[in-house]
Amino acid sequence: MTNDIAGIKDTDVIMIIGSDTSAAHPVIAARIKQAVREGTAQLIVIDPKKIVMADYAKIYAAQRPGSDVAVLNCLMHIIIKNDLYNKEFVEKRTEAFDKLKAEVMKDKYSPENVEKLSGIPAEKLIEIAEMFGKAETASIFYAMGITQHTTGTDNVKSVANIQMLCGNLGKSGGGVNPLRGQSNVQGACDMGGLPNVYPGYQKVTDEKAQEKFEKAWGKKLSNKVGLTVTEMIDEAYNGKVKALYVMGENPYLSDPDQNHVIEALNKTDFLIVQDMFITETAELADVVLPASAFAEKEGHFTNTERRVQRLNKVIDAPVGAKDDWEIIQLLAQEMGGKWNYKTVSDITAEINLLTPSYGGITWERVGRMGLQWPCPTETHPGTPYLHKGNFARGLGLFSGIEFKEPDELPDEEYPLILTTGRVLQHFHTGTMSRKTEGLNRLAGPMVMISVEDAEKMGIGNSEEIEILTRRGKIKAPAFVTKKISPGVIYIPFHYKESPANRLTNPAIDPVAKIPEYKVCAAKVQKIN
Amino acid sequence: MKFYRSHLLIGIDDSSLQAGVKEFETALRNELAKHNLTDEINILETGTLGYFGTGISMLVYPEQVTYVNLKLEYIPEIVSEHFLKGRIVHKYILDKLSSKYDFNYQGRIVLKNSGVIDPENIEEYIGTGGYEAWEKALLEMKPEEIVAEVKASGLRGRGGAGFPAGLKWSFTQPLAAEQKYLVINADEGEPGTFKDRLIMEGDPHKLMEGIMIASYAIGATKAYIYIRGEYKLCISRLRKAIDQAKEYGLLGKNIFESGFDLDVEIKIGAGAYVCGEETALIESMEGNRGTPRSKPPFPGVKGAWQRPTVVNNVETITNVPAIIKNGAEWFKGFGVEGCTGTKVYTIMGDVSMPGLCEVDMGTELRKIINEFGGGMKNNRKFKAALVGGAAGVFLSEKLLDVKMDFNSLNEYAAVLGSGAILVMNEEVDIVEMLWSVIRFFRHESCGKCSPCSNGNEILYKLINNIRNGEGKEKDLDLMLHIAAVMNDTSFCALGESLLLPVKSAIENFREDFLQRMK
Amino acid sequence: MPIFINGREFELKPGETVLEVALRNDIYIPHLCFHPKTGKAGKCRACIVEVEGRRGLLTSCNLVAEEGMKVVTDSKQVKDAQKIIVDLILSSGHHDCLSCEQNGNCELQDAAYYLGIERPSFDLAPAEIETDNSSEFIFVDRSKCISCGRCVEGCTRTVVNEVLNFANRGFETRISFDNELPMGESTCVQCGECVQLCPVGAIIDSRMIGRGRTWELEKVETVCPYCGVGCKLEMHVDRQKNEIIRVTGVEDSPTNEGMLCVKGRYGFDFVSSQDRITTPLIKENGKFRAADWAEVIPYVGKKLKAIKKEFGSDAIAGLTSAKVTNEENFAFQKFMRSEIGTNNVDHCARL
Repeated sequence: MTNDIAGIKDTDVIMIIGSDTSAAHPVIAARIKQAVREGTAQLIVIDPKKIVMADYAKIYAAQRPGSDVAVLNCLMHIIIKNDLYNKEFVEKRTEAFDKLKAEVMKDKYSPENVEKLSGIPAEKLIEIAEMFGKAETASIFYAMGITQHTTGTDNVKSVANIQMLCGNLGKSGGGVNPLRGQSNVQGACDMGGLPNVYPGYQKVTDEKAQEKFEKAWGKKLSNKVGLTVTEMIDEAYNGKVKALYVMGENPYLSDPDQNHVIEALNKTDFLIVQDMFITETAELADVVLPASAFAEKEGHFTNTERRVQRLNKVIDAPVGAKDDWEIIQLLAQEMGGKWNYKTVSDITAEINLLTPSYGGITWERVGRMGLQWPCPTETHPGTPYLHKGNFARGLGLFSGIEFKEPDELPDEEYPLILTTGRVLQHFHTGTMSRKTEGLNRLAGPMVMISVEDAEKMGIGNSEEIEILTRRGKIKAPAFVTKKISPGVIYIPFHYKESPANRLTNPAIDPVAKIPEYKVCAAKVQKIN
Repeated sequence: MKFYRSHLLIGIDDSSLQAGVKEFETALRNELAKHNLTDEINILETGTLGYFGTGISMLVYPEQVTYVNLKLEYIPEIVSEHFLKGRIVHKYILDKLSSKYDFNYQGRIVLKNSGVIDPENIEEYIGTGGYEAWEKALLEMKPEEIVAEVKASGLRGRGGAGFPAGLKWSFTQPLAAEQKYLVINADEGEPGTFKDRLIMEGDPHKLMEGIMIASYAIGATKAYIYIRGEYKLCISRLRKAIDQAKEYGLLGKNIFESGFDLDVEIKIGAGAYVCGEETALIESMEGNRGTPRSKPPFPGVKGAWQRPTVVNNVETITNVPAIIKNGAEWFKGFGVEGCTGTKVYTIMGDVSMPGLCEVDMGTELRKIINEFGGGMKNNRKFKAALVGGAAGVFLSEKLLDVKMDFNSLNEYAAVLGSGAILVMNEEVDIVEMLWSVIRFFRHESCGKCSPCSNGNEILYKLINNIRNGEGKEKDLDLMLHIAAVMNDTSFCALGESLLLPVKSAIENFREDFLQRMK
Repeated sequence: MPIFINGREFELKPGETVLEVALRNDIYIPHLCFHPKTGKAGKCRACIVEVEGRRGLLTSCNLVAEEGMKVVTDSKQVKDAQKIIVDLILSSGHHDCLSCEQNGNCELQDAAYYLGIERPSFDLAPAEIETDNSSEFIFVDRSKCISCGRCVEGCTRTVVNEVLNFANRGFETRISFDNELPMGESTCVQCGECVQLCPVGAIIDSRMIGRGRTWELEKVETVCPYCGVGCKLEMHVDRQKNEIIRVTGVEDSPTNEGMLCVKGRYGFDFVSSQDRITTPLIKENGKFRAADWAEVIPYVGKKLKAIKKEFGSDAIAGLTSAKVTNEENFAFQKFMRSEIGTNNVDHCARL
């Protein structure tokens, strides 16, 4: 998030697009509902499902999955046409406005045309644009509904475009606010858990960065960008990746096209899984290393608003399990590395040294409330919101984003759009949440289907049906509801007994390499 | 214009409707027709005639006699004796009529037209000089001048607390808000009180005129009448009055081309006693649970939907047109120093003539009971009067000369409340009376604060024990202590209310309680 | 100028109430409905004080502190009234401390203790004990409810789920889920905000029943391992059994202000799950066998070295985790980059 959670009270209009906030980020949803209830903010919700947040929205619109760029371009089209954009911000803080205008002002993005593309009525698009454009401060919250597309990067850029256009960056209550889905996904990225960057987003292709880390670690480092998770699976499948070391992940359930993943994992020569449980992935491993749980160790998580917060040791780990860092250190030493961390805080100190934005977030300073990066020095108070006064690159760069259709569209054989996501009661692949029986009783597998589609096929509520795509087939009980648009079905991906990712399309965004979980062609059928 | 020898005013209110007044009226018309009197005798429907428990009543002009408790079978006799031969049928008329129900004696401001004009006809109201005050206020006076006039008149709120109306308005009048509201509290929840009902039934346009003036004075462009759902006749008459006022251009957009807009809407409540408390009323009106809000902020600053809101009682507002028309000095001619104007009382219980009367503030209780209530029924001995409604005080004989106004009553730790007077004769057991008062408050406690909900519950248990002969004398002290804590600590006036009745009942009529403990 | 409470001087912050100034300075005034989060309610009326120059008793929770104000919290008049109020509340339900989960963490108990109320004086408690165990994680005992309204306020205004409300009136007032449905059948999402706000034992975590009272449990703060919001948690731990008994949200956390969701509050069975792996496992002939660390580390090292030697560093890839700490992520990528020699490191940020 460019902005912080507390800033929600400073915003006038909130747009949620592609986030089932009350299911996946319930506490942020509560903050947004508070602002709506207190009357400080008005809410716009754009989502193919009529999510709970829609009940709090002034305007709710259901877009066809995958039409987000068209919708956002259309909103900008109207905002520019009606002269509602922030001219001062555009002039002083951005560049390439012409490029944006050249694209979004095309007739293709008129409300009438985008109504055809997105299914959102033209009047509603105008209403949204007016409300958003006229707001003193507006914020956008999104999650995987924006990013998990072959056009994920385009979607994100479009969100950035509209926020720059309306001058909603660099101030409290504004912002481009992706809601991060896992407790420390922000930290994993910040710490260089990515194939192209060292900690602090220092590029592996940057000679200076390479030199810096080589010096710090005393080792020659590669300047070649590595493989992303989807590429690793593909390369394992192709026999190029021979060994895979998986720490605390479960690609068996989380990655697209499950059958392909299983084959790929089976093809590796050596699969190491480090986890708390024998996960579905661990079943396939050659070696399983028992790790301690979050409650058994110290360290830090970085949350979605870039706040670094302390984990304290609550209970003792089971005898035999070790903290992940200890295991890694043992392996490093085995590989010949001269690692000598005595405590977790020794690693924290190294992070402070090598990661500029974490420079001031020392073990001693974090405190009970945490610190928000960037926090470069030990006297820096942390940064609640980014881009105040300046963008990292100087001027904010507009880009003209052309609308592109998703990789796989419904056709005669697979007439429905399948989209996936989370429910409130479960988390990701269920390794943690599904161990609590009460949560299982509250929410099991399901496929959400519109009343119209269900009636057409004679499907009753709770009836177990089959869902098929070009990749595979699963069974799940039908949840027949008016909350989803006709032509769209939705399946939560937590359940190994009804694994949604057996169905999903592995096609990825060319830049972010993110798979298109939110759109693929599917069909449903009754079980005889 | 047609000339009639006699006018018969038939009171139409909820109780006469129940007694079959419509049927009676038809029979009367037929009887008059039979004697070819239709062109000589005019029948008019009017609001209540101000009596209670008198069934079907009819006031005959020019004689100014009132027939009460009329039955169908009396019609032939009355028509042939009175309307044909001119001989009043004394056995059916109101007892001691000339002294007790002399309307000229009662300084009537609020009830002036009740029982005189047809409340469903705006023309009749205009005919009495109605809406002149509204015209004067809107076209000749500035809002602050109206507020000043009402302030100068000394008009105090008639809902119970007696807060000066002009002062209340003066807090809201200068506030610059995009929306302000006037809310009329017509939720009359006090047991044994029905003065507001009869005011609204009898002269709805006077209330409307008061609303118009008050709204303009405080800058409210929207007024609500919060009325209990049981008051069906009031609601239909008020609706008619609103429609007629709109038709005559007295309400709506740009009234009299002054640029002032006003809309009046009726909100129907469920009749909870606590909704007489202005913030609970506002909560209920907003569609929430009717429980009081914490003050400050006061409604005058942040009321309905967080906008400045003035809440006034029906009787209070109904005084306003006369004040504007005749001036503050005129109004101060009624009542006493510090408590000007008249007060409408509901006299109930063991009196000869229960009903409404409107007399000057400061009139002695004894006079009200004896002259306007017709004295004790069947000449029984007076024992007590519960003055001020359920939350009032049980007064014994020795306090009968108390002057009935906010200040004088205060000296006796009593209250004027909504002006209910319940008279009890020697046969009445105060234990039973207090029991029913406590039962009432226990039922009406909203449950928001603990002293009120728990306190009422335990008081109810204690009085039940006494009533069942299981009480002990120390229970009386406990009841006083609990009622005192409730009074000191409750959230709103409802929880504070029981102290007066409990204390006055136990202190003034202790013997009645001890009797149950023998 | 300061404020004077019981003759002592205290600085006041703008907008603070008398109760807040008192509590901040460790002066106890009985209070049952006030909570810093749900704010003044003025419902229980137990927090009454006397103020010099002001008539009667005033509730301190909605009395804005003013400079020079002279407040008395412990006069006979105050305590006598408080005693009746608290005694009536105590009498109005089945407040049986002996086996109550809130014993030692009960604000009614605190108030009764302060006022010296040994046992309820009034015969007010309903004959029936009314409990609702229809909800998966939350247990409701209405005969312990004091209608303070914190849960209703929290449900309505804090988490804005708008499930809880009051039904009925007066002494019969009761909390209600939707339109008086059993909690488990209502639209409640079991975030547990009501549990956290309840001052007595009326709404409690059903799974903590009988597993330890507040003084027996150690409290440790940490961060929720589920979504990316990063809610701060307080874990209530049975040190002897090495078990997490209960989880509450940290009220002063700027991230979650005490709020949690159903997973964050109740989804921690995995930590002490029987399925936890407690020893390294090596697969032989398609089956896992237990190994010890001394064996497994060289075993893995040897394999990795061999693959690195034969196929090069880029034939090895690693998935770090969005569920482990920054330090562990740092260590993992450092391991892949400096010891394996590849940038083939990623995690499921995109999944």
